[in-house]
Amino acid sequence: MKYAISDVLTITKRQLLQLARVPEILVFSTIQPVMFVLLFRYVFGGSIESDQPGGYVQLLMPGIFVQTVAFTLASTAIGLAEDMKKGLIDRFRSLPISRGAVIIGRTFGDALLNILVLVVMALAGFAVGWRPTSGIVQTTLAFLFLFMFGYALSWIGILVGLSVKEARTVQSVGFLVTFPLTFLSNAFAPTTGMPRALQYFAEWNPVSTMVAACRQLFGLENKFGATANSWPSQYPLETSLFYMVLLMVIFIPLSIRKYKNFSS
Amino acid sequence: MKSVIAENLVKTYRKGEVIALNDLSLDVEEGTVLGVLGPNGAGKTTTVRILATLLKPDSGHATVAGIDVLKNPDKVRELIGLSGQYAAVDETLTGWDNLVMFGRLYHLGRQPSIDRANELLERFELTEAARRPIKTYSGGMRRRLDLAASLIVKPKILFLDEPTTGLDPRGRQDMWLTIQELVKGGVTLLLTTQYLEEADQLADEIAVIDRGTVIARGTSDALKMQVGGERLEITVDNADVAAAQEIVARISGNATHLELRTISAPVSTGSIALMDTLRALDVAKIHPLDIGLKRPSLDDVFLSLTGHVAEETVVEPIKKKRGGKK
Repeated sequence: MKYAISDVLTITKRQLLQLARVPEILVFSTIQPVMFVLLFRYVFGGSIESDQPGGYVQLLMPGIFVQTVAFTLASTAIGLAEDMKKGLIDRFRSLPISRGAVIIGRTFGDALLNILVLVVMALAGFAVGWRPTSGIVQTTLAFLFLFMFGYALSWIGILVGLSVKEARTVQSVGFLVTFPLTFLSNAFAPTTGMPRALQYFAEWNPVSTMVAACRQLFGLENKFGATANSWPSQYPLETSLFYMVLLMVIFIPLSIRKYKNFSS
Repeated sequence: MKSVIAENLVKTYRKGEVIALNDLSLDVEEGTVLGVLGPNGAGKTTTVRILATLLKPDSGHATVAGIDVLKNPDKVRELIGLSGQYAAVDETLTGWDNLVMFGRLYHLGRQPSIDRANELLERFELTEAARRPIKTYSGGMRRRLDLAASLIVKPKILFLDEPTTGLDPRGRQDMWLTIQELVKGGVTLLLTTQYLEEADQLADEIAVIDRGTVIARGTSDALKMQVGGERLEITVDNADVAAAQEIVARISGNATHLELRTISAPVSTGSIALMDTLRALDVAKIHPLDIGLKRPSLDDVFLSLTGHVAEETVVEPIKKKRGGKK
């Protein structure tokens, strides 16, 4: 057990090495969100009315940030499923390393990749006119929220990856989970236009509370999403924090148990 | 002393629908090589996975170096090396990256991991490719790297699951030499294979398994004796058949079997019988169209042991694809 930390770090380092050997990984992880920025900023952005000072892009960027980190769920799951398929996980399991190290190391690696992706996204946002107005502390806090949200979702990805096994299926499952979550939210359009039932879903959706929290932390008045006086839209920071802790409390033990017991 | 013991292992999948192991028992004497020979689906990989602590059997038990695999898997993992059917390495990383990583995971420390990686790369003639991603390696190179990864801590007990499946003849030869070197170094080896020739080349003792259980075991010679050993096979022009048949009968001392223009007979003296026959044919001015020694194949072994040919014996229901044998 005294090697537990070094085991985790070795696995994490492996992912960083992959990034160094195949820098395209970073390009592929950022190209889609950057396309979304351009699409919503220049294609839809013109027709979405907002009285936001600084324009729609101020509301858009937090949405894109959250959507980007939400895809960590899929990328963690896919990475793990591929390792299992290639027999690498078997090899790891035949080594005298601490049991959780392989999956904990992977979540760390994906979290580090997220930092890089967020930096690229922030630069892209900056280039198209996004300007946080809340000052350095709040802005940093927003990114910390985003980072933690991605990390929490990573653990769902671990469970999905261990359960589904086939990388292609994992990809579809990851997409099926993240797509509705990111679009049935306040990320790109106000929830006021949705039917009543969807609106409730959208307002309790962790993606919405995260987007609202980030908007608040970036210095926006969060009118865009907070339509009903529902609790999550009034207290997005608290709700988001609650969700993140809840996800980790549920999925970390579940994933570790699944990893320990899984035998195929 | 027995280094590896498996007793009455049973493993079923899908709530007993598919039986992978059916009361399988085997053992490996310290410092020797046991070849586990069988067709696809016979239970070879399942056996290796249980012994290497990757899979729990439904019942039965197993020890490796005297340590219970089920009760003390961590201890077992420190002592064994495992190399599977597929090269289980990170393909985006270089060979060097992989070996250093595995060294670190064996807790060798930074510099010792690097030294060991360099040493193994040299020994397996991969130094030139060390800095290339594994994706660019040939099948044989991948297998060698995979084997190198399982040798990082100089394990006393090694499990190799079909180490040459999918390799070309050259790659297979290289792998055999490598394995023979290892065995000289004194490791205890359990090797699974589909090829009788491979077991013959590498193993001190062979266990033939079929449908999840051991159906025969013994040395390669004993096994071949049981199967009928080598056969001399010769094909000649129609006009020469009678004369050739007489020669073969005389040299082999056995009854001959004739099929079209091909004469065959069991021989016990191997290549000597072959040379004698060639000389006799030459004297008789008969030019064989084809001549050779035919070694019994896995099919022959199976045919004589079980009465059926080697086939995939785990019947997979077509509807469900997942969760079968792994």
